[in-house]
Amino acid sequence: MKPKVAFFDFTCCEGCQLQIANLEEDILGLLNLVEVVEFREVYTGKAPAYDVAFIEGSISRPADEARVKDIRSRAKVLVALGACATTGGVNKMKNLWGDLDKVKKEVYGNDASLPNLETYSTKAVHEVVPVDFKIHGCPITRSEFLRVVKALVFGTLPDVPDYPVCVECKMRGNECMFDKGQVCLGPITRAGCDAICPTNNSSCEGCRGAVPNPNKNAMREVLAKNNLTVEDIARQFTMFAIEPEATK
Amino acid sequence: MSSSSVHIDVRSVTRVEGHGNIKVDIDNGEVTTVEWSVPEAPRFFEAMVVGRDCTELSGINSRICGICSIGHTFASLKATEAAFGVTISEQTRHLRELLNHGENLQSHVLHVGYLAVPDLLKVGSVIPLAATHTDAVLLIVKLHRLANETCDVVGGRTTHPIRTCIGGFTKVPKKHELSALRARHQEALSDLKTLAGVVKSLAGGLPDFTRETEYISLTHPEEYATYDGMIKSTDVTDPIPVNDYLRVTNEYMTPRSTAKWAKFNRDAYMAGALARYNNNFRQLSPLAASVAADLGLSAPCYNPYFNTVAQVVESVYFTERILYHLDCLLDSPLAEEPASFTRREGRGVGAVDVPRGILFHDYTYDKNGKCVKANCIIPTNQNHANIQKDMDVLVPRFKDRGKDELQLMLEMLVRAYDPCISCSTH
Repeated sequence: MKPKVAFFDFTCCEGCQLQIANLEEDILGLLNLVEVVEFREVYTGKAPAYDVAFIEGSISRPADEARVKDIRSRAKVLVALGACATTGGVNKMKNLWGDLDKVKKEVYGNDASLPNLETYSTKAVHEVVPVDFKIHGCPITRSEFLRVVKALVFGTLPDVPDYPVCVECKMRGNECMFDKGQVCLGPITRAGCDAICPTNNSSCEGCRGAVPNPNKNAMREVLAKNNLTVEDIARQFTMFAIEPEATK
Repeated sequence: MSSSSVHIDVRSVTRVEGHGNIKVDIDNGEVTTVEWSVPEAPRFFEAMVVGRDCTELSGINSRICGICSIGHTFASLKATEAAFGVTISEQTRHLRELLNHGENLQSHVLHVGYLAVPDLLKVGSVIPLAATHTDAVLLIVKLHRLANETCDVVGGRTTHPIRTCIGGFTKVPKKHELSALRARHQEALSDLKTLAGVVKSLAGGLPDFTRETEYISLTHPEEYATYDGMIKSTDVTDPIPVNDYLRVTNEYMTPRSTAKWAKFNRDAYMAGALARYNNNFRQLSPLAASVAADLGLSAPCYNPYFNTVAQVVESVYFTERILYHLDCLLDSPLAEEPASFTRREGRGVGAVDVPRGILFHDYTYDKNGKCVKANCIIPTNQNHANIQKDMDVLVPRFKDRGKDELQLMLEMLVRAYDPCISCSTH
């Protein structure tokens, strides 16, 4: 029997689900391996239980916390899909304000007290329920998604790189962004994107989160060599909610 | 049938981007409730960008929308460029138009093929159609792939473009990549004609429902406007400058929605492909105009379900524009154009007519180029009130059709607007 797979979205742009539609002909192959039982963005239908539930988006209000807990209770395997789910993503920039009433006021003005605008400090999915696997990135990389699904179907462990983006960047033969006078988060960010941003002459923004045990000394060396300070990059760490540990 | 009672309670309409609910109560033939509501979690982008450097804004605000991230990127860059007085080169303009139309095509094909057509064939998704209508599905997949790969080649990535920056691009495509795209888009024109034939054969399934409203889009004296122009309303004779957009959008809150709603001269207006078509149809190419005629679309069209048909017509036109911009780029040497600009205090508004309609970004910067105020008005914000007003008229008119048919008509109405609901609750 094919595994029953479902997709759910929380606080996000749904761009990671779109990458699944963007698999084009490969979706048809994927449908030979799995049975999609819920996928609201493209499919009408509901199911009571799932072998694999993909969660896209951050958790940012109590009602959604209850919803993701309910999904967790009915899913054998739960996968966080994309940066909003794996790290909190851009949604965590809201938390930097501290006072969320001010955030609401900034956007909704005098209507900020409407009850339907309830929000709390953005959380990644693993901060609310246990997560079995994470597919990183903003947006996710399609080939990595396929790799993880295939591994789950065949009962093997999906392979997630534990080295920094710099490794992939060097393999692609790119000139270092620091040598071009730019600040880049490649040295501390988890690889797996094939260094797509530096390859397009744009600095890594850290959307895949911090690599485990980042080589912070190497980062500092590069910074010092280029007369840059940790403060210069601190702001960039916050776009995708890289764990503060990496900046220490 | 007038004594019938119908209760419809759709939580999270499927095959749309984001979360929207429909509630209808008809008691003994009397319509007591007709509600379109948006429970999507608010995200607060306009607060998130405050205090950030100008170079970060387009990348952050691109994340407002997964489907029209390129449209948001350009509205953002244009707002910043307006604030700093930056002008772009002809090459950058062609590349941006190319990328913009790549996304327009991607979004329209996705909506027509994957989201709207299943209703006309009475199935729940495109998945079963892969077996029953294989050729049509493969055609849609082929067009969708081409649109996405156009964005890959120009923007560096399909969704959330990488190369786009203030004043230009961090990297430009190679000529051989553009030539390869050209050949494929030439073929896409005939594929789109085939797709139009498929839609024509099914268009009889679109509900016969009209309600005249105000139609608002960009307009441009020289072309069918998308990347640039002034604001055009069917209720106002002269085009309105983009900087006066607040006079048009008049956003307000309703307790049923976390997204803001908008109105101008009436209690609601419509943005999107049908609004663009109604305002600017005279500027379509002969080929796109002939496809419109063949599909039974003529201006002015007051049937919101025909927004999907207008998207098919626009897909043909956008593909022709892609070919035009490719030819312009292939005609002269491509230069790497490093962006140069000076940060300064000021305010700028950027408007782009993106797949779902007219989009505004408005930023104020301090002298160091840090954002101090942001306002983004999304097409679906501008369509929510119109969806409600359509439902207000549709439900009493078709209340005797029975629950299943009425519910399908209402869901199809929401899908016809191709709403980007999480985008509207940015």
